[in-house]
Amino acid sequence: MTSAPLIELHRVSKSFDGGRGFAVNDLSLTINRGSLIALVGASGSGKTTTCKFINRLIDPDAGEVRIDQRTVASIPPAELRRGIGYVFQGIGLFPHMRVGENIGITPQLLGWPRADIEARTAELLDLVGLPQTYASRFPDALSGGERQRVGVARALAARPRIVLMDEPFGALDPLTRDGLGSAYRDLHDRLGLTTVMVTHDVQEAVLLADRIVVLKAGRIIADGTPSTLMRGHPNSDVRAMMSMPARQAARVQQIIDGLANG
Amino acid sequence: MDERLASALRVLPDYLGQHVLLSASALAFGVVLSLPLALIAARRPRWRWPLLTLASAAQTIPGLALPALFYPRMLSLSALVKPALGLALPALGFLPALLALTLYSMLPILRNGITGLSGIDRAVIEAANGVGMTSWQRLVRVEAPLAAPVIMAGVRTSAVWTIGAATLATPVGQTSLGNYIFSGLQTENWISVLFGSVAAAALALVVDQLLGLVEAGAARRDHKRMLAGLAALAIGTAVVVAPLTAGKPATYVIGSKNFSEQFILSELISQRLQALGAGVERKDGLGSAVIFRALASGELDAYVDYSGTLWANVMGRHDTPSRELMLSELTRWMREQYGVTVLGSLGFENAYVLAMRRERAAALGVVSIPGLAPHTPQLTLGSDLEFLSRPEWAALKQAYGLAFRAERAFNPTFMYRAVQSGEVDVISAFSSDGRIAALDLAVLRDEKQAVPSYDAVVLLSPARAADPVLRRALEPLIGAIPVERMREANLTVDRDQDKASPAQAARFLAEALRLDQP
Repeated sequence: MTSAPLIELHRVSKSFDGGRGFAVNDLSLTINRGSLIALVGASGSGKTTTCKFINRLIDPDAGEVRIDQRTVASIPPAELRRGIGYVFQGIGLFPHMRVGENIGITPQLLGWPRADIEARTAELLDLVGLPQTYASRFPDALSGGERQRVGVARALAARPRIVLMDEPFGALDPLTRDGLGSAYRDLHDRLGLTTVMVTHDVQEAVLLADRIVVLKAGRIIADGTPSTLMRGHPNSDVRAMMSMPARQAARVQQIIDGLANG
Repeated sequence: MDERLASALRVLPDYLGQHVLLSASALAFGVVLSLPLALIAARRPRWRWPLLTLASAAQTIPGLALPALFYPRMLSLSALVKPALGLALPALGFLPALLALTLYSMLPILRNGITGLSGIDRAVIEAANGVGMTSWQRLVRVEAPLAAPVIMAGVRTSAVWTIGAATLATPVGQTSLGNYIFSGLQTENWISVLFGSVAAAALALVVDQLLGLVEAGAARRDHKRMLAGLAALAIGTAVVVAPLTAGKPATYVIGSKNFSEQFILSELISQRLQALGAGVERKDGLGSAVIFRALASGELDAYVDYSGTLWANVMGRHDTPSRELMLSELTRWMREQYGVTVLGSLGFENAYVLAMRRERAAALGVVSIPGLAPHTPQLTLGSDLEFLSRPEWAALKQAYGLAFRAERAFNPTFMYRAVQSGEVDVISAFSSDGRIAALDLAVLRDEKQAVPSYDAVVLLSPARAADPVLRRALEPLIGAIPVERMREANLTVDRDQDKASPAQAARFLAEALRLDQP
């Protein structure tokens, strides 16, 4: 796996109230090709805004975002977004389109031939583990987990190099969420993607990400691999947050031991 | 079959076709104008309130007044446009009715458009942006299909309103199913009123059902159903409107106001023109304020008006000279100011007179208006819809010191009923009305000549002043109709039993007068 920078955020800031407070405050971040990076933090820490800078769903007030050394401000938003997969909590499947049409939408916008779109849709249904018959169903006939699989398939349809995920599994039940999370990690590795995932669930970040960036009040307060951060950190907020998965694991282990001894 | 039903059916293709053409055009314009506005309002919430308020305001203007309000606007617009384009916009008929109805149709489409477009799930909008749609692609592929059922429901409401309101186009000279209703109300031909109402309601019902099919198709994403509904609407419109394009040689346009005498006289004029082989188009039931301007601007070729009406309303005069003096002054003024020809008086007056039941007058010992004046605080006056706001009423009140206990305005038909039943004591009758004799009413003498004379005069438009056919058809009518004959003819149309149509009454009048065929 190479470690060349693919996405660079350079001193970006964003205020939603005319400059009194900052959602993102003079933040710089470099993301390497092939990594799965998790942005974590409490609500209002700026993680979602930071993620949306990358596909221009939000433009920064100051600073610059570059992909492959090209500044994204010079790329028309629609064109930029067709090259970047996007998965979010609301999923937002188009209710008037069948599953197949939902998955094939970006290739269609890009003007792919019909046969190629159909082949790609079939391939993606396999990839996310859904039966082919689902292509002709409408989204309202699917369960929550199935819909999010379609959401992932739609994000991957036009073979993007970059996937942005904003709380992708937040609305799912824990079992589905665990399954879908590890399934996505497999896809990420197999397809050589670069993924930026926003989550407030530290455990999910620890289990899936190569690198965790912790935000607070629009600034980065910690940045490292999950194991580094779990070993300890000078910032008390980071310590409290990163020790949680280990504490939970220890509690679970105790219970398991108790079961064995009893 | 009943003669009235048969004659209603004869004109149905024309009335229905015109009605459909008008409402379909208004609805189409309404949709085309409202949807972009709805889109703007959905994207920019600050536009929402002003747009909806304007559309609601248009909606609150009573339907009857809306087309009439457009008439003077159209006249001034036409005057503006004429030098620039070299053509006159028609201020009468289709165009003002279309504008008024378009405005009328917009509110439900606008409101549902805004609701539909701004009610789409935020997640779906974010997804549309996220997958790389431009704002146009998002509108066409996502927002429009998702808002379609709500928008169609608005179009459906609007269609029903528009078809109903199109019946009100008649007074501005646009033929519609309203012609049945307006002429029927005036001549007490209830079969005609009922026929017009049922036809308009049936049309609205059919269109509503077909649009319902389109709406259901949009909601269930069933394209076959949508296409079936749209195809049925398109075919239906084409079939009903097609006969109109066949076209008839409408050489002369004859107008009438909205009461029986006017219908009969315009029939009489039309029959005489047709006997000379000329084509005639009728514009019946025009409003009093509209009709003279329509003639002066050349949209009508001829109609019958009354000297006193023109004297007060058009010339703005308040004095009351003798009958002969008024006629000669009017003739001169009309030619100088408008180039309009006053061909002459038909020979009778249709003046405003005060009348009451003969035995009631006898009981009070009243034979003239001065005799009536002291009793007025105990009496109720019934009038037609315009009398109370006319200068003649002001003049009468002032000249004789009339102060009625109450004043009530009626449709003329109901006014006569009211005096007959004793609901009112005195009415503002018309001197040529057949019902004066039929109901045995006493006409009270206007001793001070407070009310000007109302000679029925034939007016010709500036362009037709010297038209030989028109003159050959109309000159024999001048001075030829005594008031008794006109009353008889009016009564055949106005009476309750054995009613005649205005066309029959016109033939009866021609025979009674022994008029030669022109």
